[in-house]
Amino acid sequence: MNRARAQSWLFAATLILAIVLQLMPLPAVIAPLKPYWLALVLIYWGIEVPERATLGFALLLGLASDVLTGQLLGEQAMRLVMLTFIVLRFRARLRFFPMWQQTLAVMALLTNDRIVVAMIDGFAGRPTPPAQFWLAPAVGAAIWPFLFVLLDDLRARLRARDA
Amino acid sequence: MALASGENVPLFSEGTASTLRLIAYLGFAVLTMIFDHRNSYLERLRQLAGGMIEPLYRVAALPSDIARTVGTSISSQQQLIDENRELRKSLTMAEARLHRLDTLSAQNARLQGLLEAQKSLGISVHLAHLINVDLDPSHRRIVLDAGRDQGVTIGQPVIDAHGVMGQIVEVLVNTSVAMLVTDPSHAIPVMIERTGMRTIAVGNKQSGDLLELANIPTSADVQVGDKLVTSGLGGRFPAGFPVGTIRDISNDRSGMFASALATPAAALNTTSDVLLLQNLPEPMGPPAENAGSGPPSQLAAPPGDSTEPPPAQPAASPALATPPASPGVNSQNSTNNPPAIDATDQGRQR
Repeated sequence: MNRARAQSWLFAATLILAIVLQLMPLPAVIAPLKPYWLALVLIYWGIEVPERATLGFALLLGLASDVLTGQLLGEQAMRLVMLTFIVLRFRARLRFFPMWQQTLAVMALLTNDRIVVAMIDGFAGRPTPPAQFWLAPAVGAAIWPFLFVLLDDLRARLRARDA
Repeated sequence: MALASGENVPLFSEGTASTLRLIAYLGFAVLTMIFDHRNSYLERLRQLAGGMIEPLYRVAALPSDIARTVGTSISSQQQLIDENRELRKSLTMAEARLHRLDTLSAQNARLQGLLEAQKSLGISVHLAHLINVDLDPSHRRIVLDAGRDQGVTIGQPVIDAHGVMGQIVEVLVNTSVAMLVTDPSHAIPVMIERTGMRTIAVGNKQSGDLLELANIPTSADVQVGDKLVTSGLGGRFPAGFPVGTIRDISNDRSGMFASALATPAAALNTTSDVLLLQNLPEPMGPPAENAGSGPPSQLAAPPGDSTEPPPAQPAASPALATPPASPGVNSQNSTNNPPAIDATDQGRQR
């Protein structure tokens, strides 16, 4: 019971932190390289605790994030649902990949996400993004191993403390 | 299909990632996007969730605020002395200019009194600070720390020390969102200061931090370095605020029109304090002011006047000719203005 509660705290905290990181400004030079933090965190929870990170949850999270950025209601919802679906489908494989393969898989997921964004941009008649736009998945993938290890460690500590 | 994959590979989580659900959710997301694109429900939702959004913005802006504070507190003494000297210098210059402006505005008031024009140059402003939040790089928007409680309304012009920054597009309780002039969906009526030509400056799509003047006639007199000021048409932005400087002119693909790129005058990326202009007195006023603003209209008026007004309304010229004549007592003070008015009137009478 207690352990489950600690888990949910960690779950919520990581997602809120991801949203804050998403909103946080970066210097203009590297701003387009900002990784999609929310997706990274959601991929992690999808792999590790799929009963929490369900498709419906991804949809709601995306809607909340859309309300926060005031962009286009449903855009991030769509992106996150697609992402979560792929993660949940290939969860068994993703989970037992060695780290480098997992990193590549995350990069593919984030690149797919960028393609979806570019598509939505096209439909909404927004300007075409700069070239660095396509580098963001690489940055996200570079962060992934650290994020994975960090979150895994946090969860292990929580477990050890409760046990 | 979903059934087959579930059966074959037992490791797959049961049903959480069913294709049916995916399709339903995706359909829902697409529908929301379409409805939002048409009717912008999002703004209403944001109004409801304002209490939740604002604290998150503040939290997200905290690191950059701290960085700035630390930056100022550890900047060296020499730097501060230099900056102080620089500021002092610019303050003196600004004061000198203000004194000159005082006489000019007194003169202006007198002249407007002569013309019995409605004048209300009293512009009240409200200082607001930027909340440093990155909403989306493709949209040029900024978040300000003043909202409905501070009396901010949608459509208020936002300026900084150098020029027009944009206008308020969304108001929450204690924050508001402003669209910058460089946003591709923002347009601002401008006038080229040198020639008085009026056009519209739109945010440039490609670069994201430039203004674009599309569809300028190729015969128009536009040069690199020309300054753009607000023309006051449309009644949203008051006339006379600097908007940008033209830096590049090129013909468009058809060769019929030219288009120009301009760098915005306001320091859009570095400013942290902005001014919100309040309660514009008269939306119809500024065009009248343009007509009387000396050199540009003198250059532009004679050809236009010689062709159009005389056949249309000859009765107007005597009516206009009387004011310079009757207050002859006053005109002794400002000697160079009445002749200018006389000259144009003669042009009209001919």
